[in-house]
Amino acid sequence: MESITSLLSIALGAVLVNNFILSQFLGICPFMGVSKKVETALGMGMAVIFVMGVASAVNWPINHFILERNGLGFMQTVTFILVIASLVQFVEMFLQKAMPSLYEALGVYLPLITTNCAVLGVTLQNAQKSYNFGESLTYGITGGIGFLIAIVLFASVRERMEFAKCPKSFEGFPIALVAASLIALAFMGFSGLKVW
Amino acid sequence: MSTTILAPIVLTILGIIFGIILAIASKVFAVEKDPREEAIAEILPGANCGGCGYPGCGGYANSVVKGLAPVNACAPGGAALAKQIGEIMGVAVEEGAPKVAQVMCTGGGHDKTRYDYVGLSSCLAVSRVSSGPLQCSYGCLGGGDCVDACKFDAIHIVNGVAEVDLDKCVACGACVTACPKNIIQIIPRNSKKYTELRCSSHDKGPATRQACDNGCIGCKLCVKACPKEGAITVDNFLAKINYDICIGCGLCSRACPRKLITVDGVVLPPKPKKPAPKPAEGAAAPAAAPKAAPAAAEAPKAAEPAPVAEAPKAAEPAPAAEAPKAEEAPKAE
Repeated sequence: MESITSLLSIALGAVLVNNFILSQFLGICPFMGVSKKVETALGMGMAVIFVMGVASAVNWPINHFILERNGLGFMQTVTFILVIASLVQFVEMFLQKAMPSLYEALGVYLPLITTNCAVLGVTLQNAQKSYNFGESLTYGITGGIGFLIAIVLFASVRERMEFAKCPKSFEGFPIALVAASLIALAFMGFSGLKVW
Repeated sequence: MSTTILAPIVLTILGIIFGIILAIASKVFAVEKDPREEAIAEILPGANCGGCGYPGCGGYANSVVKGLAPVNACAPGGAALAKQIGEIMGVAVEEGAPKVAQVMCTGGGHDKTRYDYVGLSSCLAVSRVSSGPLQCSYGCLGGGDCVDACKFDAIHIVNGVAEVDLDKCVACGACVTACPKNIIQIIPRNSKKYTELRCSSHDKGPATRQACDNGCIGCKLCVKACPKEGAITVDNFLAKINYDICIGCGLCSRACPRKLITVDGVVLPPKPKKPAPKPAEGAAAPAAAPKAAPAAAEAPKAAEPAPVAEAPKAAEPAPAAEAPKAEEAPKAE
């Protein structure tokens, strides 16, 4: 019972309270880059959920059984980068075979997940908070869900913004940044949320 | 074991394991690519100029294989490349005239200014100040925005005016977008007789005369001279050549009183209406005529080798319209 509660609180924290993009400001690059259309944003979000989940699942045993057991905790960052880079390559191959349309829609942003600090961040935080396997997996997947929610929300806002009147000097990217900051501000409202 | 040794060993082993996994995955998830796409991408110039309208050479190769793009859309590659791509795709290529960018201004008025401009030398900046210092508001400012935009070193500022190096130009259109005056156009270059009319001025005749040495005044003499209907038209005080119809006969060039129309870069001499026999004229013409008559007779030779930019002023006072006058004058007496 206690474990379920703790998992729930981790999930809630990752999705809303400590949302990777809007509270921790990790993974801003794809957030700004792939959020022009809801459809591609959704695909990107799904890809991130998948990569984050798998990265958490793969990195936990590597961290727990290989690194920490041999006193190699200082190698976490470099090892995790290696794992994530290989994973993204794998996902890219898989998508190209299984979902070519999604692969084309994501385009250059799929390799960009490699350098997505949100993915690295989630695995490093798993190690920092010394989560067990279940907790790590939960944190990874729900962190991805948080990313998905944020990017889809933002993409919807941006789609509307295309048709909105705005000062010439703010057109395009500047107004998008303003919108992003407003959404982040809105997410601050979740900061007191807790699961008892 | 000390961590110093262990750390690289662990990382290496992990790297090898992931490498093997990826190698297997690349076999399992291998996507069969059309070999033609790679073949086309290989022979494309790889300049990624975007002249074809697709994002880079790779995007163009992809679209060609899908059948969305024509095989001859690559301007830098030209006809030779189109043929090669055609062979790969198994289609015949129709050979169109190669296209070039052309600056629609000869710079005849580049020293006729309304004010002295001091400041940033970019055309964009210059054109913001009351649309530039030139009297002709359509003229080339010579700031070189097009030169900066060109990836092929095919356009340069010569005597204050942009000049396209027609042999280097691949018609990618970068300069067309860069020019704030919108006076650069992509036009087909007919293989043999390439007729040009380099002016963009829609000003009325007198205004153009004042602002430029050889701007188009919309006199329509070229339209009257043209044997093909619609090959050259005057709209809003500016003549325009329709390259679909133009046969490159050069009659417009001969008729143009402004020495503006060139054929293969040369202004053709005015055509004498009645080629009067030389000796008879020389005998009949009294002291007043000889000056004008020889000028009319010699003008063809003098003007032939001179390109438009250097068209000597000496050739100017002998257009077709004045020649008959000189002949008539002695008769009246």
